[in-house]
Amino acid sequence: MTQDLFYSICGIALFGIGLYGLLIPPHILQKILAVNVMGTGVFMVLIATAQSRAPAIDPVPHAMVLTGIVVAVAGTALALSLVCRIYALSDDTEQDAGR
Amino acid sequence: MPIDMTIDFTLGAGVLVLAWLSLSTTNLFKAIVLFISLGLLVTITWARLGAVDVAIAEAAIGAGLTGALLLAAWRRLRTVPGNTRRKAGDNHVS
Amino acid sequence: MFRELNSNAAPPAGLRIVCALAIVGLTLALIAAVVVSGPAAPGLQAAVAAALPHSGVENPVTAVLLNFRSYDTLLEIAVLFVVAVATLPLRRAVAPQRTEAVAVEPVLAALVKLLVPLVVLTGGYLLWVGAYAPGGAFQAGALLAGAGVLLSLAGGFSLAALPARPLLVVGLVVFTAVAAAVGAITGAFLQYPVAAAGVLILVIEAAATVSIAATLLLLYGNLAEPVPSGPLAGTKEPAS
Repeated sequence: MTQDLFYSICGIALFGIGLYGLLIPPHILQKILAVNVMGTGVFMVLIATAQSRAPAIDPVPHAMVLTGIVVAVAGTALALSLVCRIYALSDDTEQDAGR
Repeated sequence: MPIDMTIDFTLGAGVLVLAWLSLSTTNLFKAIVLFISLGLLVTITWARLGAVDVAIAEAAIGAGLTGALLLAAWRRLRTVPGNTRRKAGDNHVS
Repeated sequence: MFRELNSNAAPPAGLRIVCALAIVGLTLALIAAVVVSGPAAPGLQAAVAAALPHSGVENPVTAVLLNFRSYDTLLEIAVLFVVAVATLPLRRAVAPQRTEAVAVEPVLAALVKLLVPLVVLTGGYLLWVGAYAPGGAFQAGALLAGAGVLLSLAGGFSLAALPARPLLVVGLVVFTAVAAAVGAITGAFLQYPVAAAGVLILVIEAAATVSIAATLLLLYGNLAEPVPSGPLAGTKEPAS
């Protein structure tokens, strides 16, 4: 098994784990974690593909992943801000009903 | 088994196990700390795959800033919502 | 939704098994697709290597990010700006008054005093070295934001004191201005003149670094120093 194939499979497995984590845990913070894990899996597949023509490494997927990491952290921060704001505005009865 | 493949298998297995533990634990704080560790391990993976640019960014963002953001959000979700004047103490279990 | 997990909050076992089976099937199908499809089409490394001498930088990743596919990066800076604008109403306009005495640990304070200048220096180095070796605006910006988070954790300053708006906008403004200016010269939007490409890329990267750091710091500050609940900043509060 070549290195890039191994890491591609790891990335796909990471995506699967993230998808399960997105669907099953009821807590919203853990769902946000799960989306990040899924993203990491996608990045891993891209980087492994870029590496598959070693020793010449394709820089285009690297640039895409770099962009992706920054956008992912911005999206995560936006989601967390919205969650905290909604939580601050909700009261106890609402959050029990909405669970 | 050659040493190269041993490193790859250890890294890959570590990443998958950490991701699974982070998403399957019922303790939120534990989940966040495991996620930060996952970020560090993924950083090593990027370096291993020759993506040094990505590794530097992941070390600063994935392992550093995302952790700070998540812990800040976690701390806020532990306090009672609504008026900040009736903020609960640390012993409050949410 | 906001509660810590406990056993009775989890979905029923049947649903979990169905989900797990479906996801395992999907994962195996994707793995099979990767294995069967074999080596991917030849990449773009040859094209990048051929065009690298005209890009103004020597690091291929920086060349792709800021020259060959600079549209992507311009729009990414725009995405960051939009996220920052979306969370701006959640920002605390004035520094929170610390009513309870915050115990600043002397070891942490001394460490931060030592560490933050070094981190800022490393950020500047990463920004400059991005033209030649791994590094660049994203890494430098993230590092600077990390320094800011460290500083605010040690109680050094409040993130609400940051002049956020000019810092947020400078990256997008400089990038767009340079893109339009070179467009007027060379006839194509974002098409740098070869001779000036290196300098222009460094200017864009410097501005982008400031905006990326400010955006990330602002997003952290919104979470760490929340506005008191009630009407958001900017909305009229009824006189009471």
